[in-house]
Amino acid sequence: MFTSNTEKEKQEMLDAVGVKSIKDLFKDIEPSLLAGKFDLPAAMTEAELSAHIKQLAAENKPLVNFAGAGIYEHFIPAAVNAISSRGEFLTAYTPYQAEASQGTLQAIYEYQSCICALFEMGVSNASHYDGATALAEACGAAVRIKGKNKILLSAALNPEYKKVLNTYFKASNVAVFEDCPLNNATVDLNCLKEKLSSGEYAAFVLANPNFYGCLEDAKSISKITHEAGALLIAQVYPVSLGILETPGSYDADFAVAEGQCLGNTMSFGGPGLGIFTCKKEYVRYTPGRICGISKDADGKRAFVLTLQAREQHIRRERAASNICSNQALCALNAAVYLTLMGPYGMREVAEANIENAHILKDKICSLKGYKLKFDKPFFNEFVVECPKPAAQIIKAAAKKGILAGYDLGRNDKTLKNCLLVCATEMRTKADLETFISVLRGI
Amino acid sequence: MNTYPHNLLSIEKSSLGRRGPQIRKAQKDASAYLPKEFLRRTPPNLPSLSEFDTVRHFTNLSRLNFCLDTHFYPLGSCTMKYNPKAYDVLSALDGFSALHPYTPQDYAQGTLSIIYGLRQQLKAITGLYDFTLQPAAGAHGEFTGALIAAAYHRSRKDFERKEIIIPDTAHGTNPATAVMAGCRVINIKSAPDGRVDIEELKKVLGPKTALVMLTIPNTAGLFEKNIKQIAKLAHEAGSLLYMDGANLNALIGMVKPANMGVDIMHINLHKTLATPHGGGGPGAGAVGVCEKLADFLPVPRVEFDGKKYKLSVKSKNTIGAVKSFYGNISVIIRAYCYLKQFDGQTLKEIAENAVLNANYVRVKLAKYFPAFFDEICMHECVLTIDKGMLPNAKTIDIAKMLLDMGFHAPTVYFPLIVPEAIMIEPTETENKQTLDKFISALISIFLEAGTNPEVLHQAPRKCPVKRIDEVMAAREPNLRW
Amino acid sequence: MYEQENCKFAKTHEWAFNENGVAVVGISDHAQHEISDIVFVELPKKGAQVKAGQQCCVIESVKSASDIFSPVSGEIVEVNEALSSDAALVNREPHAGGWIFKVKMSDAKELDNLLTFEDYKKTL
Repeated sequence: MFTSNTEKEKQEMLDAVGVKSIKDLFKDIEPSLLAGKFDLPAAMTEAELSAHIKQLAAENKPLVNFAGAGIYEHFIPAAVNAISSRGEFLTAYTPYQAEASQGTLQAIYEYQSCICALFEMGVSNASHYDGATALAEACGAAVRIKGKNKILLSAALNPEYKKVLNTYFKASNVAVFEDCPLNNATVDLNCLKEKLSSGEYAAFVLANPNFYGCLEDAKSISKITHEAGALLIAQVYPVSLGILETPGSYDADFAVAEGQCLGNTMSFGGPGLGIFTCKKEYVRYTPGRICGISKDADGKRAFVLTLQAREQHIRRERAASNICSNQALCALNAAVYLTLMGPYGMREVAEANIENAHILKDKICSLKGYKLKFDKPFFNEFVVECPKPAAQIIKAAAKKGILAGYDLGRNDKTLKNCLLVCATEMRTKADLETFISVLRGI
Repeated sequence: MNTYPHNLLSIEKSSLGRRGPQIRKAQKDASAYLPKEFLRRTPPNLPSLSEFDTVRHFTNLSRLNFCLDTHFYPLGSCTMKYNPKAYDVLSALDGFSALHPYTPQDYAQGTLSIIYGLRQQLKAITGLYDFTLQPAAGAHGEFTGALIAAAYHRSRKDFERKEIIIPDTAHGTNPATAVMAGCRVINIKSAPDGRVDIEELKKVLGPKTALVMLTIPNTAGLFEKNIKQIAKLAHEAGSLLYMDGANLNALIGMVKPANMGVDIMHINLHKTLATPHGGGGPGAGAVGVCEKLADFLPVPRVEFDGKKYKLSVKSKNTIGAVKSFYGNISVIIRAYCYLKQFDGQTLKEIAENAVLNANYVRVKLAKYFPAFFDEICMHECVLTIDKGMLPNAKTIDIAKMLLDMGFHAPTVYFPLIVPEAIMIEPTETENKQTLDKFISALISIFLEAGTNPEVLHQAPRKCPVKRIDEVMAAREPNLRW
Repeated sequence: MYEQENCKFAKTHEWAFNENGVAVVGISDHAQHEISDIVFVELPKKGAQVKAGQQCCVIESVKSASDIFSPVSGEIVEVNEALSSDAALVNREPHAGGWIFKVKMSDAKELDNLLTFEDYKKTL
């Protein structure tokens, strides 16, 4: 499949190479290694494949979605995919030859700029694998900057992120993590102060909004963290920054995020878009590709990958990270999305989320047996305590075509009746009504 | 003069108040729901463009790119082969893309069956016992593999095994990965024939060796003839053998890595399995292991009970999760589609044609740019400049000149052991006519370099921009508007 | 300022100039030429203790990252902050404004282990 040389052409090429058969090209491989059988089913034509895959797609049953917990369903204008599916973007490689990759490079530069604008941060890289791995890299950077290996985490950090942090650093011991306890679902400022006062921590990782959807007192947290000589790493929700205070405004040293919500589909959790930003002074500690502006031989503006001496292909074992691939196409989607929405569109999207979620909260809490678990300001996600285990509710609602939310009992048995519910701008009034009537019937 | 579109930034085209797509607005503004101190003070400095402005802006940007769909792209070690269009359409079906990762398993059977199915396919083509599809890229797969090796040794209370042996031809990701996994890098020099120097290997193998990490074929495009002996030595020393599968395109359908003695490998789905690179990602770095390492693979895993596909996190020894969720699904679907279009017989046509194309280029250029290792190569050939013939020529100039002639440049200055390296990987999907044109272009560059090397130094002249000042970019970083 | 003739050289291309027990350290003209356009110098930390031959900072060009080793042992008492904004000083004035750091020597005799300029030139 997909090879195009004819038998005659292949023979001409073999003659040119000076061998009799293709087998002669594999003479370095001992015959016993070439004897293996490959057990694959009969090959499919494109038409057969298409039917097969469409059938599998139909075996997925996307539900009307009230789940978030890290991956969010937002509106994606058709223009986003129309642009990123162009072969010129889709089938290019990493822009090693800058003069022949100005499109990708300028798009990355615009992505970096849009992200810096949204986050009010100094520098963004060209993207990372996903939010969790971007956070891991930020923790690694904090350890190198401070020369200390302990990192304090908000206990309300996404549990998936915690798992990834542990996997990343367990073997090397480069960073060790400890939870900072909560007080009614947000960071306990007194505990934070006390823990950090030991001076042992390189950084505090703040999740804002946190995993329970609550907004944190980020300014106070930042002040306490910096007074203790530690760095502040903020893990945020990009869409919320259309309206919410930014990590730059509360002086975060690093801000990371899952950027899927910006123009990328949920796709069962991957590919994600790891957003990595920091203050300008820490740019040398940034992993991965970064695009910058320079000039060409005629003095014309040109874009190029820069600060490459940080990276693995030059520093090898002394590199800060092994990252090579980024998520360029997902970053392109985000850049197109942010360009389409603009400053006011982003604000409107964020406001629509806030309103939808608050209306839904009121409606759910008016149901018998349901109540708001944590009474804190929130963006588009909140926790409700249900009359039954959340797992049961999710199961029953799914039968009615609704994804009711995320079962907090998955990670914390004491919250087994708690459901983390999200309503983005995608949910219509009718969706909310359906959800309520489904809950009423459970 | 070129006719490329002008490269104004989107923000420079912006007009405050101009609007893109409409969304349904909230009835009340945010301050009705949230205290003011939680709100941002000023709107973000994003461009204000219409939808049409935006489409034209990015479409014009796309025209500044070379890409596989428009240009021969023989970037060595990156395997830029044709990305079948059907898979783009199929992987983007709503059934897949609209699925939230916390959708109950019964409602995600299609995606789960593809994850499971690709795992079976990868087992069939490698002979390895099991795979994870979680890692997001090749380097991420390497990291996963190195963590598995470290966890395996720890589980045997073999705490001293913290060294990873890596030859000097390796990709930079290999040593960087080793350090991230908490190991020390032991570099070994290659033998004069470009392969692992068995005597050097023996010197460094020992009770501290956790892993021998090899790219097969290596970055010089050569097969490790002594791979079985290397595997035996590594195993006798108590080490595991890792195969960086970046170059699997040379072996697919021909050799099963497990039969060479490989314990762990990663496969860059975006290379060998024909998924698009997207200008740098997303990729995917599936990791396969032998039986004794299977329980160390990341979680969650997809299991099949004969009726249903299920996600499982049950595992005593798992290294954990290397990223959130289950893998880069749109990449996984494409790779699954690709392997569905081959059977056990036709699979080898990939490697056969890839190797034939590389050797054809190598032989046709031998008189001009000789192969550094003068022998039959695998899927890529590493050429160099004969300083006797072209004393003043530089690879960088040749690369830039190729751009002007309508070809993407090969990988240059890599592997590091080859001076002025030109690493060409045509892949199996290019036809002879394209290769002939590319060969003629390089021959004409050779002639020009002999008579008029200054012209090469001024290349490119026909690209959207001329040679870029990389020093300025690094000295005065301008990384955003 | 730190004329080549008055400096001692390490085989790894650093020079040291004895300023009353404090060694001023830079890289040789040959080394700056080989590295070519220097874009960044990752300076060592003031107050750090270093041993002779210990890697203590990194010089970056566009395509390389070169380790710099301290030619003598002691405490780093000063670093050349001017390089933070103008790394190219190392290229322009390797033996003057492009010095990198100063070490208060714990054992000035270590200078005797280094090469004279004449001997260093022979190693190139």
